[in-house]
Amino acid sequence: MDDPVIIRSVAQELELPARRQFLRHAWTLGGIALLTGCRLDDSNSVESMLKMVSRFNDKVQAALFDPARLAPTYPESMMTRPFPFNAYYDRNGIPDIEEDEFSLTVGGLVQDKHSWTLAELNQLPRTTQVTRLICVEGWSAIGKWGGVTFSTFLQRVGADTGAKYVGLKCADDYYTSIDMPTALHAQTLLTLSYDDQVLPPEYGYPLRLRMPTKLGFKNPKHVVEIFVTNDYPGGYWEDQGYNWFSGS
Amino acid sequence: MSSSQTIHPIWLRLTHWINVIAVVILVMSGWRIYNAAPIFSFQIPAAITLGGWLAGALLWHFAAMWVLFINGIVYLLLNIFSGRIAYKFFPIPPCEVLHDFLAALKGKLAHADLRHYNTLQKLAYLFAVLDLIVLVLSGLVIWKSVQFPLLRELMGGYDSARIVHFVCMALLVAFTVVHLVMVALVPRTLIAMLRGR
Repeated sequence: MDDPVIIRSVAQELELPARRQFLRHAWTLGGIALLTGCRLDDSNSVESMLKMVSRFNDKVQAALFDPARLAPTYPESMMTRPFPFNAYYDRNGIPDIEEDEFSLTVGGLVQDKHSWTLAELNQLPRTTQVTRLICVEGWSAIGKWGGVTFSTFLQRVGADTGAKYVGLKCADDYYTSIDMPTALHAQTLLTLSYDDQVLPPEYGYPLRLRMPTKLGFKNPKHVVEIFVTNDYPGGYWEDQGYNWFSGS
Repeated sequence: MSSSQTIHPIWLRLTHWINVIAVVILVMSGWRIYNAAPIFSFQIPAAITLGGWLAGALLWHFAAMWVLFINGIVYLLLNIFSGRIAYKFFPIPPCEVLHDFLAALKGKLAHADLRHYNTLQKLAYLFAVLDLIVLVLSGLVIWKSVQFPLLRELMGGYDSARIVHFVCMALLVAFTVVHLVMVALVPRTLIAMLRGR
């Protein structure tokens, strides 16, 4: 039934007041101190200034990002159990995806635009990693992820690796995008398994892009479309004010 | 020459007040960020936080960090190359520290000549500078834990860097409270930090 969709849209509506609060509070103490020349009720100018700095921080992070530097890996004994579930909806909203209904659309600046079935994805060479996922909220958790190195996949589909962005769309209407250097990072993993089991629904069945060099919300679950582009694709949280690069 | 009467040069007063603005924004937005995933069993009252929600607080935090960082570098360079740090803060004789500490307990610690810091002031201000440096370093580990591996290990990993960051914030707030009480006791110091004399 459509219940999860309804719950999701209600949850989104409930979130809205909190976002409006940002505008109301943004110009309070710091705003007065920082922009004495501005009208005090001019919260838009404060917000646009802050977003300008955030775009500058995207550039700084891209410059700091060392493609050869690996995120630390851990012994399996250090795994966080149970690994936390986190999304913009609660557990009831987790999409119910059937294996034979699933297909992965590949588009944009790639040579091979055929859609991938799960069986095809499962035939690609696999690797595993035990890495720390750091959430933008501050908490972190260590998990064991298995799947296909994303650069291998991008090579298979003949992606233009000189392009700026890789965009990702998800079955739960989530979407995000990443920079090409991160897409090609050795630990960026098109994840099909968690803790040696088929990727469970709460962690993104059947397909999640896992990047230990990015914050958790940049690691999209239930990925159904991957596209390579030079046009900034934004993201679900990014469009609401979260920093786009959000690298670690 | 008026410069002979100057207690705090203009660059010191400017960097002091810019630092105040940056620290207030960073602490208040930091409290809102803390509330998103508290390390300890308490939350900071939302009314005294900045940003409204997590994304807003992060925008403030990652903007004000540049103000703190660049202002801090300017402060340190000018302090070192003008020689101020050497003659204002050193030496700090231990017996004098003990003497000033006992005097402070009796409520008789003097700060009559604003050009000279007593040893407790020297220690307190140097502590604030060092604490801010550790705040920046632990903040770097939280922000970019993969890109700064040496710093990350120095902080004991990502999770403990968060604790270091929080404890240093708490210590800075404690310093500020004591600092403000002292300024209230010797209000001339506020005038000196504003107009230099």
